[in-house]
Amino acid sequence: MTALKSAPETAFDADTSPKHPDHLPLRRVLSRTFFLRPTFFLGLAVVVMFAVYVLLGSYTVTIPDFFTIVINHLTGGEKIPGASFIVMEHKLPRAVVGTMIGVAFGLAGALFQTMLRNPLASPDIIGISYGASAAAVTAIVIFGASGAVVSGAALGGALGVAAIIYAISRGGSGAGGGSRGNAAGNRLILAGVGIAAALHAVVNFLMTRADIRTAADALIWLNGSLNSATWDRAGVLAVSLLVLVPAVIALAGPLRILELGDDAAAGLGIRVNAARLGLVLTAVALAAVATAAAGPVAFVAFLAGPISRRIVRKPSLPASALTGALIVLLADFFASNIAPVILDGTVLPVGVITGALGAPFLLWLLVTSNRKEA
Amino acid sequence: MKLSTTTTVQGRGSGTLVPAGPGGISPDASAPGRGSGSRGTAGRRTAWLLAAVVVLAVVSAASLAIGARGLPLNTVWDALTNFNPEDGNHAVVIARIPRTVLGLLAGAALGLAGAAMQGVARNPLADPGILGLNAGAALAVVVGIYVFGIGSLTGYIWFAFIGAAAAAVVVYAIASRGRDGATPVKLALAGAALSAGLFSLMNVILVSSQDTLDRFRFWQVGSIGGRDWSVLLPALPFLAVGAVIVLGGGRVLNSLALGDDIARGLGQNVGLARGITALGIVLLCGSATALAGPIGFLGLVIPHAVRLLTGPDYRWILPFSLVSAPILLITADIIGRVILLPGEVPAGIMTAIVGAPVFVWLIRRGKGAGL
Amino acid sequence: MAILNAKDLTLQYEQRKVVEGLSTEIPEGKVTMIVGANACGKSTLLRGLSRLLKPAGGAVTLDGKDIHTRPARELARTLGLLPQHPTAPDGITVRDLVGRGRYPHQGFFRSWSVADDAAVQRALEATDTFGLAERSIDELSGGQRQRVWIAMALAQETDVLLLDEPTTYLDLAHQVEVLDLVTDLNRSRGTTVAIVLHDLNLAARYADHVIAMKGGRIVAEGPAIDVVTEELVFNVFGLESRVVPDPISGTPLIVPIGRHHASPVSTNELEIAS
Repeated sequence: MTALKSAPETAFDADTSPKHPDHLPLRRVLSRTFFLRPTFFLGLAVVVMFAVYVLLGSYTVTIPDFFTIVINHLTGGEKIPGASFIVMEHKLPRAVVGTMIGVAFGLAGALFQTMLRNPLASPDIIGISYGASAAAVTAIVIFGASGAVVSGAALGGALGVAAIIYAISRGGSGAGGGSRGNAAGNRLILAGVGIAAALHAVVNFLMTRADIRTAADALIWLNGSLNSATWDRAGVLAVSLLVLVPAVIALAGPLRILELGDDAAAGLGIRVNAARLGLVLTAVALAAVATAAAGPVAFVAFLAGPISRRIVRKPSLPASALTGALIVLLADFFASNIAPVILDGTVLPVGVITGALGAPFLLWLLVTSNRKEA
Repeated sequence: MKLSTTTTVQGRGSGTLVPAGPGGISPDASAPGRGSGSRGTAGRRTAWLLAAVVVLAVVSAASLAIGARGLPLNTVWDALTNFNPEDGNHAVVIARIPRTVLGLLAGAALGLAGAAMQGVARNPLADPGILGLNAGAALAVVVGIYVFGIGSLTGYIWFAFIGAAAAAVVVYAIASRGRDGATPVKLALAGAALSAGLFSLMNVILVSSQDTLDRFRFWQVGSIGGRDWSVLLPALPFLAVGAVIVLGGGRVLNSLALGDDIARGLGQNVGLARGITALGIVLLCGSATALAGPIGFLGLVIPHAVRLLTGPDYRWILPFSLVSAPILLITADIIGRVILLPGEVPAGIMTAIVGAPVFVWLIRRGKGAGL
Repeated sequence: MAILNAKDLTLQYEQRKVVEGLSTEIPEGKVTMIVGANACGKSTLLRGLSRLLKPAGGAVTLDGKDIHTRPARELARTLGLLPQHPTAPDGITVRDLVGRGRYPHQGFFRSWSVADDAAVQRALEATDTFGLAERSIDELSGGQRQRVWIAMALAQETDVLLLDEPTTYLDLAHQVEVLDLVTDLNRSRGTTVAIVLHDLNLAARYADHVIAMKGGRIVAEGPAIDVVTEELVFNVFGLESRVVPDPISGTPLIVPIGRHHASPVSTNELEIAS
C-alpha cells in the first residue's frame, strides 16, 4: 500500500488548518495521522465484523474455541464435534470469500468511478456484471449447469463483454483526434450501458423461458450469494487478488494523475492510453473474479466508492476496498442470521441485503452531507 | 481552420449594426450566407422529420398486417375503412389496433422522456430509469402481486404508475437537499441509490415467493401485447400533459445544457425548470412503464441516435425522439411476433436486441458523446 | 541542454489539418510568446510541441531526440505543460494538487521525498498560494485556481515549460504577476518558456522571442521589436492599430484604432502586406 499513501497527504480539514508556515513538518506529520484515521478505523471495522461474522450468529463460537478449532484443524489435532465443521467448512470460508469479493468489488467500482469521472460508472452499470449474468443464466437455464461451471461461464461472460465494450469504445473514429476531454471515457460508458441494457433484456427473457424452479435458482445467483463459498473458491480468489491488488497499487499513482484530465496527465509524463488500458484491465479482472465467485453481488461496487468517500472525505482506493468488504460481511451476517428470523426461515442471498442496507445508507449520507459536490 | 480564421476576422468588421464604413472591412456574403445556411438546416430537418413520420405510418400499418396470421395491406385498409364484423381477417386487424396504438404511445413517451432526462441530468448514463422510475414501478408491481394477489395486466397499471411516481418524488426530494438543489450529480446518485434499494426489497419478496416471481417475470420483460382499450384510455390524459410539458421545454433544456450558471445568467429559474421537466418525465415514463412494463432501451438509445442527426438543439431532439422511438418499438414488436412462431418475443426484449447493434454503430461513428 | 525543435510539423484533428508544414525552434533559455488570432493553430502547436498531439507529419525533437520515442516520464522531467482547461478532482486540496506535479520525479520505489516537499513549497511560495495550501480547490476564485495550476506546473521543475494561456481568468495585476513569475523562473533557473498568450501587449513586453501565427503557419518570428508591427497586427488579427514604444519597457505597444475614436488610416497600403 505504500504507493497509495506515499503522495502528499492532505485530507486536513480546511477549517482546522492553522496557517503557520514555520510549523510545516509537524503539521505534515499530524495531517498524515489525521488522514490515516478514518481508513484505519474502516480496517478495524472490517476486522471486528469478520470476528462477529465467524463467532456470533445462529451458531456461536467462543474465542478460545475458535483458536482451538483452527489450530487443531491446521495441525490435524482433535476436532470439536459439530463446531469444527461449522467453523471450518461453513463460517470461515464464507467470511473469507465474502471479505475478498468485497475488496474486489470495492476496488473495481472505485477504479471505474475515478477513471471515468462518473459516480455512476461501476461494473454493475457499465455492463460487465450483466455479461457475467447473461452467461451464467444461460448456463443455468439452458444447460442446467451449477457450481463451478456457472462460475466459469460468469467469468467468461464478464471478460468477453468487457472486451467487446472496450473494442467498441476504442474503434470509433475519434481515435486519431488526440485526447480532447473525456470522449474516450464517455464512449466506454455508453457502450457499456448499451450492452448492459441488451444483456439485461436477454436475462429477463431467459427467466421467462425457464421453468419456475430454475428461474428461482437463477434469481438467487443473479442477486449474488455466498452459499457456494468453499476453501477451493477462496483459494482461487486469493491467488487472483495476489496478482490484482499489487496491480492496483502500481496503477494508483497514474490514476491520481489521470484525474487531472488527459492533457495535464500527458504533460506529467503519463502514457494516457496505456495507463487507462491497464486500469480497465485490472478493474474488469477484479469485477470478473468476484462475480465468478459469488455472482454479481448487487451494488457493492457501486456503493463502496461513494460511501467510503464520504467517510474518509476524499476518494480513496483502500477505503473503498475496506468499505466493500464491510458491506458484504455485514449484509451476509444479516442475511443468514437475522433475515431468517424475520422472514420465517428464508435465508436470503447476500446481494439482496447489500442493496437494501447500502442504498439507504448512501441516501442518508446524501441527505445529511452539505458538501457541494455531494 | 483557415476558413474559420477569415470568418472571425470579417465577423468583427461586419457587425449587423454598421453599414460598410470607410474603415471597416466591407461586409461580404458570409453573414447572409450563414443565415440561409441555418434556414437550410431547418428545412432539411423538417424534411427528415416528415420522412420519419411517414416511416412511422408505414411501420404502424405493417404492425396491423403482420403477425401469426399475415394479412395484405389492402385487407388492413378495408378493415379500417369498411369494417365487416363477419370477416375474420378484419377482426384480426381490429384486435391489433390497441397493440399498435400502445406501441405508438409508449414509444413516443419513452423517447421524449429519455431525451428530456438526458438534458435534465446532463449525463450520458441518464435514462428515465435513473430517477428511480423503473425500480419504483417494479417494486410496486411485486407488492401488488405478493400482498394483494393482483394477477392481471390491468391490475398492475395503477401500482406501477404510483410506484414510479413515488420513487421519482423521493429521488427528487433527496437530491434537492443541500445548498445547490438538485444538481445533475446528486440526482443521478440519489436515483441510482434509491433504485438499488428498491430492487433489493423487490428481490427479498421474489426470493421468498416463487409464485410472485412466476407472475412478475412476465411483466418484467416489457411487452405491448395483450392490452386493450380499457387499459389505454385512462393513461391518455397523463401522457398528454407530460408530452405538452416536455415538448414545450426545448428552450429550457437548451439553456440548462450550458450549465447551471449560464442558464441562470440567461434568466432561467434552474430549480423550477428542472422540477417541471422532471414532472413531465414522470408522467410520460410512469404511464408508459405502467402500460408496457419496463422498456429501458428506448429512452437511452433514441436520444443519442437523434442527436447525431439534429445536433445538440433540444427543440429538434424532442420531436425527433417523439417520432423515432415508436418506430423502433413497433418494428421490434413486429419482429418479436414472427421470429419465434408460434411463440412471441416481447417487445421489451426485441427492442434491446434490435437497438443494441444500432447503438454500437452510433457509438463507433460518433465523435465522443457530448451532451 | 533543452532545445525544442519542430520540423515540417503537420498536426491534425480527424481529417482537419490545423498546422501544416511548420518548422521552428523554441530558443533555449528564453521566453517565447506564441501569438495569433483565435483558431490560428497556436494552441494546437503547443499541444504538438508537448506530445499531446501526435504529428501527422514531421517531428518534434527535444535535444535532437523525437519526443514521441522517449519514455513519457523521463520527458516529463524535462518538458512541462499546463493545458488550457485542466480539470481538478472534486474536493482536492491545493497542496495535494500541486504535489501531483511531482509525479514524474517519483518512481515505483522512490516515493514522496523531502525534495518533493521542498519543490511543492517553492511552487506554492512562488505563486503566492501558500496561504491556500490546505484549502479545497472548489472554494477558490478563478484567479486563485489558475495560480494553483501554475504552481503545479512549476512543481514539476522542468527545463522547458509550455503554458497555454496561463493568464486567463486573471485580473491585470495577477496577469503581470504570473508573467513576472515566469520571467523570474527563466532568469534564475534558465528555464525555457513558451507561452500561448492572447494579450499582445503583454506578450510583446515579456517575450524574448515572438512567434506570430496565422492559418496554421508562422507568419513572423523574432524579437518583439522586429515582429510586432502595425502591418503584422493587421495581417494576423485584421485589426488596425498604431504601434508605439511602451513607455516603460520600450517594447512595441499596440493601440487599437477601432471605429469610434479616430478616423482610420487608408487600408490600401496595409492590404499590400497581407
